[in-house]
Amino acid sequence: MTELPVQDTSPTFLGMPSFQRAAAGALADTQQRRNLAHATATIRAKRAAAVGEVEGWEDLRLAGAAAKDEALHHLPDYLEQLEANLTARGATVHWARDAAEANQVVVDLARAKGADEVVKVKSMATQEIELNEALEAAGIAAWETDLAELIVQLGEDRPSHILVPAIHRNRAEIREIFARRMGAVGRAAPADLTDEPERLAEAARLHLREKFLRARVAVSGANFAVADTGTLVVVESEGNGRMCLTLPETLITVVGIEKVLPTFADLATMLQLLPRSSTGERMNPYTSMWTGVTPSDGPQEVHVVLLDNGRSRVLADEVGREALRCIRCSACLNVCPVYERTGGHAYGSVYPGPIGAVLNPLLRGTSSEVDQSLPFASSLCGACFEACPVRIDIPSLLVRLRSQVVDEANGRSAEAASMKAAAWVFGDHRRLEASQRAATLGGRLLGGRTLRSLPGLGAWTQARDLPTPPTETFRQWWARTRGDGPATGGDRPAGHGDRPASGGEPHTPEEGP
Amino acid sequence: MSSRDEILARLRAATADVTTRPGERGPVPIIAATSESAQATLTLFVETVTDYRASVVRCRPEQVGAEVAAALVRGRAHTVLVPSGLDPAWVERARDAGLRVRPDEDDEGRPLSADQLDGIDAVVTAARVAVATTGTIVLDHAPDQGRRALTLVPDHHVCVVRAEQVVHDVPDAVALLDPARPLTWISGPSATSDIELNRVEGVHGPRTLDVVVVD
Repeated sequence: MTELPVQDTSPTFLGMPSFQRAAAGALADTQQRRNLAHATATIRAKRAAAVGEVEGWEDLRLAGAAAKDEALHHLPDYLEQLEANLTARGATVHWARDAAEANQVVVDLARAKGADEVVKVKSMATQEIELNEALEAAGIAAWETDLAELIVQLGEDRPSHILVPAIHRNRAEIREIFARRMGAVGRAAPADLTDEPERLAEAARLHLREKFLRARVAVSGANFAVADTGTLVVVESEGNGRMCLTLPETLITVVGIEKVLPTFADLATMLQLLPRSSTGERMNPYTSMWTGVTPSDGPQEVHVVLLDNGRSRVLADEVGREALRCIRCSACLNVCPVYERTGGHAYGSVYPGPIGAVLNPLLRGTSSEVDQSLPFASSLCGACFEACPVRIDIPSLLVRLRSQVVDEANGRSAEAASMKAAAWVFGDHRRLEASQRAATLGGRLLGGRTLRSLPGLGAWTQARDLPTPPTETFRQWWARTRGDGPATGGDRPAGHGDRPASGGEPHTPEEGP
Repeated sequence: MSSRDEILARLRAATADVTTRPGERGPVPIIAATSESAQATLTLFVETVTDYRASVVRCRPEQVGAEVAAALVRGRAHTVLVPSGLDPAWVERARDAGLRVRPDEDDEGRPLSADQLDGIDAVVTAARVAVATTGTIVLDHAPDQGRRALTLVPDHHVCVVRAEQVVHDVPDAVALLDPARPLTWISGPSATSDIELNRVEGVHGPRTLDVVVVD
C-alpha cells in the first residue's frame, strides 16, 4: 500500500543531534544526573508498592493491552462512533491531519471567542503539535497550569519527562525560577518564598488562580476518549485540570486518535493501571469525565480536535502499531537505566525514554539524525516491557527499528549480512577455529586494552566498548589443560573426530578460562 | 477530500490486514479485588482515605450534622456553600454554630460566579459512590452535590458518604456510574508530585478534604 505521511519534526527539534551526541552533554551535567537519580528512584519504589498491592496486576495488563488493541484494530469504526456520540451530546468534532491543521483549528476557535489568552491543562498532544507557539504567533497567550509545566514555561525550558516535565529541576532551582519570573506574567511570587515544596505549591496556587477565574477559553488533552458514550477523561493531581475543564465558557480538547477506548467499561481497567504505573498511587487525586455539554454545568461550548499527525502511519505498521497502545504513564522512563542517566532532552522529542525511542522513529520516520539514533538509545535490558501497563514490547520494537535504520543506511541489511557471515563461520568447525585463532591473535596484540570501536559497527560501538578478545580460545584451553596434548592449532585432537558436533560446538566462542 | 474523510481512509488502509470484527473480543473482563464483608470494605475505605491525609470520621445518621459542623469549625470556615438537593439536617448544626450557610445563587437568583465562589470558605456535599481499594469518592454532580465548580473553587470540601455507597474496587464503581453525567473522581485533597516526585498536598483544588461516613 502507499506510504502514509510521517509526522513533521516540530521546529523545536529540527536538526537535533543524535541521541548519543546529545546524551554526552546531559551526562556531563552532574546536578541534573543527581536530580534524575533521586526522582526516578523515588518513583520506582512508589510504583513497585502500588503495583504490588494488586493481585490481578498481570490480568489487568492483559486486559489493558486487549482494550487498546480492540480500539486500534478497528480505529475508524470507533472514531466514527465517538464522533457520533460527541455530536449527539452537543460537542463539535474537528479532524486534523497534522500539527498545522490542529493548531489552526484551535487558533480559529480562540479568535472566534475574542480571547487573547487560554488556560491549558498539561497535554502531550498539544506539546507534540507545539500549540503554545502557534497561539503565541497569533497573539494569544497560552498559560500552562500544571505545576511542572509552569516551571518549564517560566524557566523557558523544555519538558524532560512525560509525567513530571520538570523532573530535571530540584526545589532550589524551582524557587529561583518562581521568584525571578512569576511577576513578569502575572501575580508575583511571595517575597519570602522558600524552597519548601508546600510553599512552592502555594505560590503556584496564588499565581494561577487569577488566570483560572478570568479565563474564557481552556485547552486540554484527554487521557481517554470513550467511543460508546462519547466521554472524555482527564487524569490529574492538582486540580488545575478541573479548573480548566469546569470554569471557562469554551473548552477545546485535542485528542490523539489513538486515545480511543471502545467502551466505558474499559475505564475500569485503565483507571487501575494508569495511576499505579504513573505516579505510583492507588488513585490520582482527580479524574474528570465529561460527555459533551452539560446544561448549566461547566463549559457550554465544547470542541474536540481529533489528531492524526503520523499516527495512521504507525497504525499501518502491523508490528509497530502496538506502540500506539501507550497511555503515557511514563513507567518505562522511570525504570530505564539509560533515561535515568541522560534525562529526557537528548531524545529530541516531547516523548522521551524507551517509549520515545520507539514512538518518534515510527511517527517521524528515520530520515533525521536523531530518529536514526533513537533505536540505539537502549541497553535492551527489558525493564520497560516489564513495567508497561499495556504490555508494549519496547525492546523487540527497538531491535526491529535498528535493523530498519541499518537497512536504510546501507541500502541493504548489514545485520543480515553479518548474520549470514556468522552462519558460514559457525557452520564448519575448521572455519570457526580459524576465526577464533584470528580473534585471539587480536586479543594478544591488544593485551589489556579495550576496543573502542570497530569499523562497520559505528552505531553499536558509539555507546559501548567491544569485549577484548581472549588470548586463548576455549578449545585451545581445553586441549592444553585436559586434552591429549598441547593444542595443535589445527584440527581437533585425535579421537574427537567421530563425535557429533553437539558437545564440541560452543555457541559462545568467547567463553574461556 | 475533507480532513475527516482522509484520516478515516488512511485508517481503513492502515488496518486492512485486520480480520476480526469490532467487538469480537467479547465482554470486557472485570478484574477486581473481592470484599470479605461489607464491614471490611468500609474499614479499608477509611484506611485508604486516611492515607491521602484526608480526615475521615464514621458516625450514625443522627450525628451527621454534628460531624459536619465540627469539620467546618476545624477548617475555620465562615461561609459554607450548600447544593440545592442536600439534606438540610446535615448543615443545621453549622448554621446554629453561627456559620453563614448559603445556596448556589446570588441576590438575583443566578448561580454564583467563579469570583463569588472564590470568596466562599467551604462546601458540603453528598457523593454518588466511593471506592475502598483506592480511597476514592466519585461525584456525579446530582442536586445533592451541585455543579462541578462548587466542589472545586472553595478551599475546603466536606463530603458525606453513606456506608452503602462504598463499593470495594474500581470496576464496581464504574458499573454504577452514568456516563451521561459529568463525573469527578476525588482521591484525597489536591496534591502534586511535581517537585522531586514527593506528594505535596494543596495546589488548586480544595486543600482540605473531610469525609463523613454514615452507617
